[in-house]
Amino acid sequence: MAVKVVRWLVLLAFGVFFLLPLLAMAEFSTRGAGGTRSLDSWSGIVTDPDLVDAILVSVQLAVAGSLLVLVLLVPTMTWIRLRLPRLRRPVEFLCLLPIAIPAIVLVVGMAPLYAWVDYFLGGSPLTLTFAYAVLVLPFAYRAIDAGLSAIDLKTLAEAARGLGASWAAVLLRVVVPNIRTALIGASLLSVALVLGEFTVASLLNFDTLQVRVNLLGKRNAGVSIAVSLLSLLFAFALLFLLSFVGERRRGAAAGEG
Amino acid sequence: MVAPVANPARGDAAPGRRWPAWLVVVPFLAYVGVFLVYPTALVLIGAFQDANGGFTLDNVGALTRGVHLQAFLRSVELSALTALLGAVLGALLSWAVAAGRPDGLPRRVVVAGSGVLAQFGGVPLAFAFLATVGFQGLVTQVLRERFGVDLFAHGAWLFELPGLTLVYTFFQVPLMVIVFLPALDGLRPQWREAVASLGGNSWTYWRHVGGPVLLPAFLGAALLLFANAFSAYATAAALVSQGSPIVPLQIRGALTGEVLLGQENTGKALGLGMVVVVAVAMGLHALLQRRFARWR
Repeated sequence: MAVKVVRWLVLLAFGVFFLLPLLAMAEFSTRGAGGTRSLDSWSGIVTDPDLVDAILVSVQLAVAGSLLVLVLLVPTMTWIRLRLPRLRRPVEFLCLLPIAIPAIVLVVGMAPLYAWVDYFLGGSPLTLTFAYAVLVLPFAYRAIDAGLSAIDLKTLAEAARGLGASWAAVLLRVVVPNIRTALIGASLLSVALVLGEFTVASLLNFDTLQVRVNLLGKRNAGVSIAVSLLSLLFAFALLFLLSFVGERRRGAAAGEG
Repeated sequence: MVAPVANPARGDAAPGRRWPAWLVVVPFLAYVGVFLVYPTALVLIGAFQDANGGFTLDNVGALTRGVHLQAFLRSVELSALTALLGAVLGALLSWAVAAGRPDGLPRRVVVAGSGVLAQFGGVPLAFAFLATVGFQGLVTQVLRERFGVDLFAHGAWLFELPGLTLVYTFFQVPLMVIVFLPALDGLRPQWREAVASLGGNSWTYWRHVGGPVLLPAFLGAALLLFANAFSAYATAAALVSQGSPIVPLQIRGALTGEVLLGQENTGKALGLGMVVVVAVAMGLHALLQRRFARWR
């Protein structure tokens, strides 16, 4: 009984510690002139064309980044499991490497690289997709690896091939549907990560959501705080959704076993 | 030309393949080579180059004195302190969560919230604390108006190391929950029952069974937290706009500011230093993780 009380006290204390700043953001972003309440900061989000542009850029980057990392990883990881098991360790090492190399270090090496990207592809902020696919590599790798481990890839592939399916059909019509929850998980994580990314975008001088929020904060803290709260809540919604996606997979696996 | 016939029994050795097997992994390797290995190599090699590309130890040598050394010491101090705070508080929160139902709402909310704050906080966290304990923050105002307490009586601490410590702890605790919760889940209820049937109480259980089993996981998680704080940039960049007390901010200075003649590659040397510190922490983390895995 005493343990139960302590447990709820601990949860309560942490709840206050973590909710207080969020509450303060809500309070701060609804301040009006002379102690009144106003939603000006919130409407300021959609009336600032630069901010809207930055949000659109970030959303496009999130979609493009997660697609690129899936297109790169799924065929490669599937093929390695089927045909090139010797490459599994080196590829894993490469995929997890971004964990050991802080983004702030990576960007030092990417700055000269992006001079070339700019030269060949132009200076669109969407070129950040390349950098972001690298940043989300470890998360996507782990999710897809877990997905592939949960299915009997060899048997499925052999069965499909035996029925005359091409390798492309095996990949798109057998592997992808079977690991779809893992792919959804990888995409949700990538989207959340890209939407929150600041380091690379700001130091390569691209105008993304977080860069704009930071810039805006210097002259209008209210709007920045409103957007910050919004992006935290959005990331929370994505991850909350993710907790159910993972569950369905566990449930399905138990049903098959 | 005969179409390749798939052999259902031995799909591995499909005869008549018209292209080598490794061709499939070429796009991935090319991409990773250009956007991950190349920039990394550029930093690691550039740290040992002078402005003309010749070999030199000057850049790395500069890390061992003056402002750079101080920044490294401060970064290590900040990371170690917040890793310790985060590990202890996070373990406590993990325990409170793990004691409940695995599919209960408290756990779901804490886990999702932890994911957000630990990995996607960045700039929004800086603004969260500006709104809370900034000059015009909610808590600052309430304390000033209701209790006559001035939070900033001793200077702009929020924008210096004490502020960074507070904000970093705010994302370290959630990371600890993410890393440590699975370890707590790994404790088998049978162990507790065994202790109880031998006449032990809760304290004996944690002192002789739970604690020792979890210790490697706890230390490993603390190292991960250290590496996490050491690598963090966004929150500090948004909070500290003047001066560069910690290494990531010095790299910002090297990238954006004026670079003194003969110090073109200082940023790369700072990067190399960061990679070394993070690699040591992650290496030890991997060792401890292996040790903990024995119990599962």
